[in-house]
Amino acid sequence: MPMTTAEKILAAHCGRDEVRPGEIVMADLDLALANDITAPLAIEEFRRSGAVKVRDPRRIVFVCDHFTPNKDIRSAEQVRLIRDFSREQGIENFFDVGEMGIEHALLPEKGLVLPGDLVIGADSHTCTYGALGAFATGVGSTDLAGAMLSGRAWFKVPVSMLFNYRGRPGEWTGGKDFILHTIGRIGVSGALYAAMEFAGPAIHALSMDDRFSMANMSIEAGAKTGIFPVDEKVEEYVRGRSGRRGRSFPADEGAEYAARFDFDVSGLEPQVALPSLPSNVRPVGEVKGVRVDQVVIGSCTNGRLEDLRAAARVLQGRKVARGVRVIIFPATQRIYLEAMREGLLEIFIEAGAAVSTPTCGPCLGGHMGILAEGERAVATTNRNFVGRMGHPRSEVYLAGPYVAAASAVAGEIIHPARVAGGDRPGEEN
Amino acid sequence: MKIQGRAWKFGDDVDTDAIIAARYLNPTDPAELGACLMEDIRPGFACEDVRGGIIVAGANFGCGSSREHAPVAIRGAGVRAVVAESFARIFFRNAFNTGLPIFESADAAKGIVEGDEIEIDASEGLIRNLSRNETYRSQPVPPFMRELIASGGLLSYMMKNLNQEGKKK
Repeated sequence: MPMTTAEKILAAHCGRDEVRPGEIVMADLDLALANDITAPLAIEEFRRSGAVKVRDPRRIVFVCDHFTPNKDIRSAEQVRLIRDFSREQGIENFFDVGEMGIEHALLPEKGLVLPGDLVIGADSHTCTYGALGAFATGVGSTDLAGAMLSGRAWFKVPVSMLFNYRGRPGEWTGGKDFILHTIGRIGVSGALYAAMEFAGPAIHALSMDDRFSMANMSIEAGAKTGIFPVDEKVEEYVRGRSGRRGRSFPADEGAEYAARFDFDVSGLEPQVALPSLPSNVRPVGEVKGVRVDQVVIGSCTNGRLEDLRAAARVLQGRKVARGVRVIIFPATQRIYLEAMREGLLEIFIEAGAAVSTPTCGPCLGGHMGILAEGERAVATTNRNFVGRMGHPRSEVYLAGPYVAAASAVAGEIIHPARVAGGDRPGEEN
Repeated sequence: MKIQGRAWKFGDDVDTDAIIAARYLNPTDPAELGACLMEDIRPGFACEDVRGGIIVAGANFGCGSSREHAPVAIRGAGVRAVVAESFARIFFRNAFNTGLPIFESADAAKGIVEGDEIEIDASEGLIRNLSRNETYRSQPVPPFMRELIASGGLLSYMMKNLNQEGKKK
């Protein structure tokens, strides 16, 4: 029987020729990840089971990125617990302040995930690695403890859904806009339990950073994973990053999909998700008169080098509007360094933005940019749920880096072309 | 196994930030987490009255983050079970892995209103609405998940299997 990419990767990891949607398989993992919020629960579970040694310390990664640099005493104690456990178990891929980055930007950068890998992470945005052609999915802490114990996890083989993209988008539209547009169309449970498979000429034309943003938000459509084809851009990205070799699992001719969607992205405007669901999406031109108090540019969705370049393109030679606080988070130390060498950080600071060390902080209302009652933010992050970035009566609008940077300059949500010129928005053609 | 309690109603897409906000994620103690249950969408929800109750919600319950603190907080607040039209997938796993009984039933989600007295027969997969004299059927629990529960959770299940493999060698 022909199989989809997701089915082929699962089959290869449980020693089977074939798996079918709906069956439950126990599969061998290439990697298991947890962060400073989810690892402590996993470690407690691991100890409670009576286990002494992890199965394979090389396949475990801990990244302390959520409440770090430690925001308070309890967070500091959580991180210490992980640090001690890593030392005790010989886990070398423990990333502390100074070398850590936001986990889903850091792992691909370090070459820890490769095409064809099967990865679980105790973080819902683990699906980001689908950009590399891996089957990667978020789980809870107990699953992670199980992976530490046995090197395995159970999976219900998901149905696959095919998302095809064609056409050439405008210059202010990127991967974030594709995925917001898609979630706006299918809803926050539109791909519930399913594997989203991305395909088409407009996907191959996207950069890796754009693909990471898209794969990252598959979970916001309820998906188990979101997988991209392994093309020359993926091969180029992973080259030299790892001693292991990746594998490509292209879907078979005639593979079965539970649904197929076709998107023509020609002329697609930048997209904005209004409070308080990622599916509440409008083209930016329809969002009028929305004043903002804070702009956050960063996160596992849009904190990579190209996102920073996009923000810098808009902010160069301009000033942040009075009364707007702008916080920019490069996602990893390497991205931070490259942004510095390219002069992007100087552009940000000259414009009046704060630039921070990598952290997930504000995205989940943890620290480093919490909103007060009634305040409103535009963020390049992935969730705009009630209270996500602070007070239950604060609001988050999700967008890509161009819209976020332009809104910082204008003080309200605005099409980037109206701040920085270039391609005009539809209404002015 | 029978579970009985008063119904507490919620809508669609209740996300894990609503169940337990991120600012409360640095303890791991169930009672402490339970004290903050649903605080942002229903202030004051986590109180004595909720103890022994059953949450009844719409579609996609538990969407969003993978935090296992969500099912742990629900149990920590003394809630006995969650009935929903559907569950987000990570929450679904986490509930089974941590021992929170959950039941998928669109009819129950529609038929039950706040304050109804509910009795769930877990082995039969039946949800009885004692206040309205109605019965709803829940989606059957897959055999593998039943085995997980019978083994006492994921870790015991894995321990057992590893020991058996060790003996074979």
